[in-house]
Amino acid sequence: MSEQAGPDATIPAPVTADPAGPPKRPGPPPPPTASPGKSVTARTPLQLAMARLRRDKVALAAGVLLILLILVAVCAPLIAKLVGHDPTTNYPDGIDASGLLPVPVTPGPGFLLGADQLGRDVFVRTLYGARISLLVGMVATAIALVVGTTVGLLAGFVGGKTDTVLSRIIDIFLSFPFLVTALTLVALNRDAFGQPRISPILLVMAVISLFTWTFFARLVRGQVLSLREREFVEAARSLGASNFRVMVVDLMPNLVAPLIVYATLQIPLNIVFEATLSYLGVGVRAPTASWGNMLFDAQASGYYQTQPGFLLGPGIALLLTVLAFNLLGDGLRDALDPRSSRTMAKD
Amino acid sequence: MTSPSLDKSTPAAGTSSSGGEPILRLSGVTKNFPMRSGVFGRTTGSVSAVAGVDFELRKGETLGLVGESGCGKSTLARLIMGLLPVSAGSVEFEGQDITKLSRSGMRPLRREMQMIFQDPYGSLNPRRRVGSIIGDPFAIHKIADGEDRVRRVKELMELVGLNPEHYNRFPADFSGGQRQRIGVARALALRPKLLVCDEPVSALDVSIQAQVINLLDDLQDELGLSYIFIAHDLSVVRHVSDRVAVMYLGKVVELGTAERLYTEPRHPYTNALLSAVPLADPDRAAQRKRLVLVGDVPSPVNPPSGCRFHPRCPKAQEKCAAEVPTLDSGEGVALDPDDLAACHFPVLPGEDLTQARSALTGVQATPEAVFGAIGSNPGSGDPTNRDSTNGDSTNSGARA
Repeated sequence: MSEQAGPDATIPAPVTADPAGPPKRPGPPPPPTASPGKSVTARTPLQLAMARLRRDKVALAAGVLLILLILVAVCAPLIAKLVGHDPTTNYPDGIDASGLLPVPVTPGPGFLLGADQLGRDVFVRTLYGARISLLVGMVATAIALVVGTTVGLLAGFVGGKTDTVLSRIIDIFLSFPFLVTALTLVALNRDAFGQPRISPILLVMAVISLFTWTFFARLVRGQVLSLREREFVEAARSLGASNFRVMVVDLMPNLVAPLIVYATLQIPLNIVFEATLSYLGVGVRAPTASWGNMLFDAQASGYYQTQPGFLLGPGIALLLTVLAFNLLGDGLRDALDPRSSRTMAKD
Repeated sequence: MTSPSLDKSTPAAGTSSSGGEPILRLSGVTKNFPMRSGVFGRTTGSVSAVAGVDFELRKGETLGLVGESGCGKSTLARLIMGLLPVSAGSVEFEGQDITKLSRSGMRPLRREMQMIFQDPYGSLNPRRRVGSIIGDPFAIHKIADGEDRVRRVKELMELVGLNPEHYNRFPADFSGGQRQRIGVARALALRPKLLVCDEPVSALDVSIQAQVINLLDDLQDELGLSYIFIAHDLSVVRHVSDRVAVMYLGKVVELGTAERLYTEPRHPYTNALLSAVPLADPDRAAQRKRLVLVGDVPSPVNPPSGCRFHPRCPKAQEKCAAEVPTLDSGEGVALDPDDLAACHFPVLPGEDLTQARSALTGVQATPEAVFGAIGSNPGSGDPTNRDSTNGDSTNSGARA
């Protein structure tokens, strides 16, 4: 990304008149009084971005969907109570034993999305799966964001040997094959009795952030390399600002917009990572519900042929979540950086 | 600017050309940028950006610094401000050598000396509000915070002619001239004694230039500031400066009062530079002969021996290539610290340089506007002489 100046540079807010003409000497001109009649308000870059975002119907819809999703995830126990099923109990009436072979019930009044191979409620499990997906996706992204931004800031701003060392570390991390390393790390998380040493959810978060902080670090480093040559950094130095102050006060505000966009696009990737790990059986393990292990169960048991809700529940939930995050991320990028390729209709 | 009338805030400051206590003294200031190449960053050479500059700035004085692009003006400004470490020499601010101070040791001095930057678009952080940008000095030096800081920032905004109500706006909401005023307000926040202005008006259009220059002038009168005023616009420099230093390839080649330097330039380079100043009167412009230098500015990686100007100088002799001229008042001229030139054969009043021919290289300053020569020859650099009718021989001016 080569843009540094951000949207405020290209779409200036309305300005009142310049203090007209050269100052009458001696003494600077009196400050201009606000022009009567038409009131002009300055809008912050954030306000401008939000105004642009509001015009983007797709991003708005994605945002609404995500808010609903988060609400549903937060209220999952409440909804489970309303439905009358909890996510981990094997309900006998979830299994239809009337045929030759016992099969899980199909979607119906009792089980909204049917039951799985053990008679658990797929609908309730999908809701609980949303908790895991969102939690892992967001927390892992947040950790990666903090670590990556710190490393990127240091590498880009301090430069020299620090930059060389940190950049090589980033290169090393990027050269690890993600899945193989993740599988190994998770497999090592076993004590003598085969029990996990630390919570698998925590481990999944750690593994995902371990592999994604490098993207943030590279992004931030690149931005900082161009930002630190700007005159306002020199101006801050000439005022006596410390390196820390320059990084936090002068550089960080210029990194917020790209970081927001990047994080929004990284969350769905991390959700998919989590689902992948759980699907492979090394992430979140049964009986805890996760979309990844639900998909595995549906596929492994083969019941999805008679009970499509088993597969469609977690599958569609995963699809919608990832799609919503991606669309919102695209919308945010357009809103925060109006110079990007997509053009917005005039309001 | 002629000697500004001073108010009571600077009782001791003298602005006459000979008196006055120095606030800043540069001796032998040198800056070489190493050139590195290859994977291991071996130093393969160095760019001699500033090569032994000496001068003094007196209290309440404005010293203009002129020269074409790449002659080391901005590097010198950054050396004075301690933004770059010097390679050799010393910068004394009020008697204290600041080149050896650490960053934290430098911090108290930051309150005394400030800088105004060239680009009003680049020097203000686009993501921060104007109020917090101007309030930065107070925050960094822990002078005022909360309500007090807001009040002081608003005072400053008023001082430089900005509406204090615009405290919460972003730099993008202001015009170029207003932004430069923001830069001035920030530089003035700590009531410095010295302001280094690095081309403060180059990025502004002419009417705004006048506003900012007059503002700086008024503030000098009110606050008793000393200025180092860097510009490549020679007429602006003449307007604002008490004394002017001309730089060529990292060295000061001539230093004198603005009046003397513009009417009787002694260094051949100054002659050439001044002959490129456009004249507003086309009749007078047509009468004057211009001095167009041959060739390009040599690379500072491998500067010429002796006098750095000798390969292009129409008066060059053997001595010029062998001996580095000192910045002095010249042979047979009474020593005057305000009348210095670094030349073995300074131009005499009335001398016609367009007739001179270098004894060394045969180089002759092109007297006429030869289009080919002009097209291929940046000649006097920044004060571009694209318009051939601008030609003028400074010697006629010198006689006047």
